[in-house]
Amino acid sequence: MPALESATHLLELALEVNGRPVRQAIEPGLLLVEFIREQLGLTGTHVGCDTSQCGCCTVHVDGAAVKSCTMLAVQAHGKSVTTIEGLAGGNGLHPLQEAFMAHHALQCGFCTPGMIMMADAIARENDEVTPELVRAQLHGNLCRCTGYLNIVDAVVAGAAAMRGGAHSR
Amino acid sequence: MHAFDYIRAASLAEAERLLGSDPEAKLLAGGQTLLPAWKHGLNAPSLLIDLQDIGGLSELSIERDTITVGAMARHAKVARLEDSGATGLAMLAAGIADPQVRNLGTIGGSIANNDPAADYPAAVLGLNATVITNRRAIAADRFFTDLFSTALEPDEIIVAVRFPKVLRAGYFKVANPASGYVTVGAFVADFGDHVRVAINGARTCVYRDEACERLLSEDLSTDALHDYAVAPDNLNDDLHASANYRAHLIPRAIARAIQRLNETPS
Repeated sequence: MPALESATHLLELALEVNGRPVRQAIEPGLLLVEFIREQLGLTGTHVGCDTSQCGCCTVHVDGAAVKSCTMLAVQAHGKSVTTIEGLAGGNGLHPLQEAFMAHHALQCGFCTPGMIMMADAIARENDEVTPELVRAQLHGNLCRCTGYLNIVDAVVAGAAAMRGGAHSR
Repeated sequence: MHAFDYIRAASLAEAERLLGSDPEAKLLAGGQTLLPAWKHGLNAPSLLIDLQDIGGLSELSIERDTITVGAMARHAKVARLEDSGATGLAMLAAGIADPQVRNLGTIGGSIANNDPAADYPAAVLGLNATVITNRRAIAADRFFTDLFSTALEPDEIIVAVRFPKVLRAGYFKVANPASGYVTVGAFVADFGDHVRVAINGARTCVYRDEACERLLSEDLSTDALHDYAVAPDNLNDDLHASANYRAHLIPRAIARAIQRLNETPS
């Protein structure tokens, strides 16, 4: 990995996004979410508040869920980023996406990509995914439509389906 | 938004050199405060020096009598400590902001910023920790100096924070329901022969409530607080909470922290 230094205000960013290597010259002040949406055209990652409250911009950086509105793209240099477009790892749906449909866990859908990215982290990081755990761990994701009940149900069901091995990552 | 340069420092020496060569340069740890403040135009660094690649800064080391937390240790990592020597650190870290923020935010960034509404300063002061920098060790009692101010020199870099293991510790905060930031918090640490009480959120800077420490050193129980009251003088008074309300909350936050002393040690 080449050293990352800026003498000219443009940095040569090299990282992996959804399994593919990406190289691009960017401004140091470009947010990760701006890079994902505007430079790569991956618009599934949403910007709800831009103040790290709502979680709509949640992506994974080296597997950890982060708010991409509050991270510079250059901070992800050399790392692996996964967005909602890459979560299923193929053409089908991820078990959490299927569970959100089955449990009617969305109305307008704006918060859904962030909810699912956080839910996937919850499922991978915990041996047992209970409704209580999901409520605590979705603290940083806001939904202004559904009132969370169906979301919690969907995360519990989706996590169980992931455990079933249908889509192990 | 103001433009800046960015360099990922490869070593502490490089970070120190860069920081010393530009008075407008800032260190970038997790960025969970620095970047929101930058977006709001509250800071305008010429250069961000990212510390994430410097080896050893994220380590947690548990020794017989101390726990040393590397400056770049993320809150999520501290929250996963199974046995933090009854320091209460895991409990405190698990309650900072939300999971995504905890995956990036660091202890070094939190205490260098010294926001009165941040959590970690209460633990550092309450536990009588030592802040270790690239050139010296600073006692907690001398580290936090005023609103967003610390004893750090302009080109000084926090390397780690060393916490003594104590008998028991507990932390409780009344969080602002919208932002999650601390309206009033209390950290109570039982050292066996004495008790320390640190209060955050209430004044411009975290502080020790020495009158309460004397009471609790005699009798570490909520009963000891029966007649304890706090005057609203010098307390923060803002649109979130009046000084009188904060004065009302302080003894209650201390009482809740005492109740937590007896919960699962971590």
